[in-house]
Amino acid sequence: MLVRSGESVIVQGITGRQGSYWSQRMAECGTRVVAGVSPGKGGREVAGVRVYDSVAEAAARHQVDATVLFVPPMAAREAALDAVSAGVRKVVFLAEHVPAQDVMEVLARARESGAQVLGPNTAGLVVPGETSVGIMPGFAPNIFRPGNVGVVSRSGSLGTLVCLNLVTAGFGQSAFVGIGGDPILGTTTLDAVRTLDADERTHAVVLVGEIGGVMEEEAAAYVATMTKPVVAYIAGRTAPPGKRMGHAGAIVTDGRGSGESKVAALTEAGATVVDVPSQIGDALRAAGAQAGEPDAAVRSSVREASPSR
Amino acid sequence: MKLLEHHGKQLLERGGLRVPVSGVASSAEEARDVASRIGSRVVVKAQVPTGKRGKSGAVLFADSADEAAEVAERLLALSVDGYPVHEVLVEECADIERELYAAVLNDPVSKGPLVLFSTSGGMDIEEVNRATPELVRRHPVDITRGLDAEEALEVVAGTDLPDAARGAVADALVRLYGVYRDSDADLAEVNPLVLTRAGDVVALDAKISIDPGSEPRQEAVVAAAPESAQEQLTELERRGRELGLQLIELDGDVGVLANGAGLTMTTLDVVHHYGGRAANFLEIGGDAYTKATPALSLVLDNPRVKSLLVNFCGAFARTDVMAEGVVAALEELRPDVPVFFTIHGTGEEEAVRLVRERLGVEPYDLMDDAVRAAVAAAASAAPAPSTAPVSAEVR
Repeated sequence: MLVRSGESVIVQGITGRQGSYWSQRMAECGTRVVAGVSPGKGGREVAGVRVYDSVAEAAARHQVDATVLFVPPMAAREAALDAVSAGVRKVVFLAEHVPAQDVMEVLARARESGAQVLGPNTAGLVVPGETSVGIMPGFAPNIFRPGNVGVVSRSGSLGTLVCLNLVTAGFGQSAFVGIGGDPILGTTTLDAVRTLDADERTHAVVLVGEIGGVMEEEAAAYVATMTKPVVAYIAGRTAPPGKRMGHAGAIVTDGRGSGESKVAALTEAGATVVDVPSQIGDALRAAGAQAGEPDAAVRSSVREASPSR
Repeated sequence: MKLLEHHGKQLLERGGLRVPVSGVASSAEEARDVASRIGSRVVVKAQVPTGKRGKSGAVLFADSADEAAEVAERLLALSVDGYPVHEVLVEECADIERELYAAVLNDPVSKGPLVLFSTSGGMDIEEVNRATPELVRRHPVDITRGLDAEEALEVVAGTDLPDAARGAVADALVRLYGVYRDSDADLAEVNPLVLTRAGDVVALDAKISIDPGSEPRQEAVVAAAPESAQEQLTELERRGRELGLQLIELDGDVGVLANGAGLTMTTLDVVHHYGGRAANFLEIGGDAYTKATPALSLVLDNPRVKSLLVNFCGAFARTDVMAEGVVAALEELRPDVPVFFTIHGTGEEEAVRLVRERLGVEPYDLMDDAVRAAVAAAASAAPAPSTAPVSAEVR
């Protein structure tokens, strides 16, 4: 899922402290925030937009292409179902600690109605120079700058570091897609990589994974078919096995979820796997990605010629 | 949260599954009483939240009440996988015709519940799955429809289960699915689920874990789970837990404070990359970003810490708020370890100004430079005292 500059976004939970604060910050990044939703608080105005009681009411008055949920975990299911049943096609689900079965229910309903879900437990997505939907610092020019590298990350804080490193190394981003840290996600690493592969403005992909789960291994099979260069970093490779590290997904379960398994699968697929994020810029250059003009041609064949690690 | 077997069996029984007659004992005497009440051959099982008990000698059989007392005493002196045994379950032995395997779990790939079923249940189910995966049925369930009897019959169809048993086994699957839903489990596993000679379907074990995000609405289940069944924590880890912070003690000497699990894991990787070892994993991301002051005192209370590395990349977590907390803690605690900062993202300018003006410390532009400096400072400090930590062990 990507949200472009022409698309209209609503903010669910806009009357809360974070909802109103981030509505303004998202608008600063160019996002077209057209309305807010807070049940029982319809009729107010927050962050310069009208507040409605339900998504259906907002959708009756406004074009609604996407919604971003600033609602607490136990209210997230209802809010997301409100959006899905009102026909919103893109749902950005930020909350952390949402009951997993609520998430699965939302994803099942979304699938029925053809909606895409990003998250939960995501920091959102950024198209630098166009939009920022979520809680990423899309307004910070040392971190986000228009360019041609697409970034996929489970983590918001680590995604921020990676984007900072890209800009420091002279690159910009075509998009940042934060997929979220939960085990059950609407958009997986594979889904996001496919989106970036299909995106014309994306000439190279940076895949930021973490130990635990098998999403990186699943994405690797697709990476092997790509012509765009892929550089990957897997966080937590030095974490002692069997430690729970906060993200529910980051649990080393068996052979497949370990850092070694992910590195091996991605390396085999032709990606360049770096040891630390500061090596990403050099690895992109070595893999044939060019900084600067977003339309610069990417020499796709270089990837085969450059050995990983 | 992982439930002990006897707790899980209560949930199964409430959900309408059959479980053997049993009782929990925390002493040899209690075990003798339960066994004599049952009055037949019993199995005595250590109650620890870990798998493969059968293979680690934590499940023993007894033909008399005296023998039950004896084996209970032996089990109660054990530690299994790092968990001391505080309780045993004394249970009647089932008249087993066939051992089956059944589980319902959250499946990231189908993004919904997944039912697993096999007629080759028992201790070797993992080997069965590895060698002959076709013997383990995998059935994704549409959570908006649930699992009904008809669909459950499809799950068991095509297996070598006797025709007469199919209805009862399908019914057990439906009930297990009900327990999974009602208790917000992320795993509800019965291995073995047995078919008795009398034709009953009985759950001989229960491995149920509750999805952490659902704990607030599963108060009754959570309240019934004993403290001892949870992770084994060090003193600092326990203090962290009380403050709502996840701290894991490691064996290095570079104290680390970062926000977000991904960035914190990365910080540990980068410390390792430059030849250092982190003293802890501690993240203050998400809503915990306002807890920098107590978090920092936890890091500094670790006597092995020889240098301190603070790495913030603010998205939702505002670096100015986190820096304010860190600066306040450092002003109050005045630790005699050097501190290295690297700060970027939301609130960056204000955060850098705070650190510069109030601590007289210049944050590093590049994370790698801050890490290198922190690693070098720890290496040049006096050798660490040899206090080996007992780390949190999960699974």
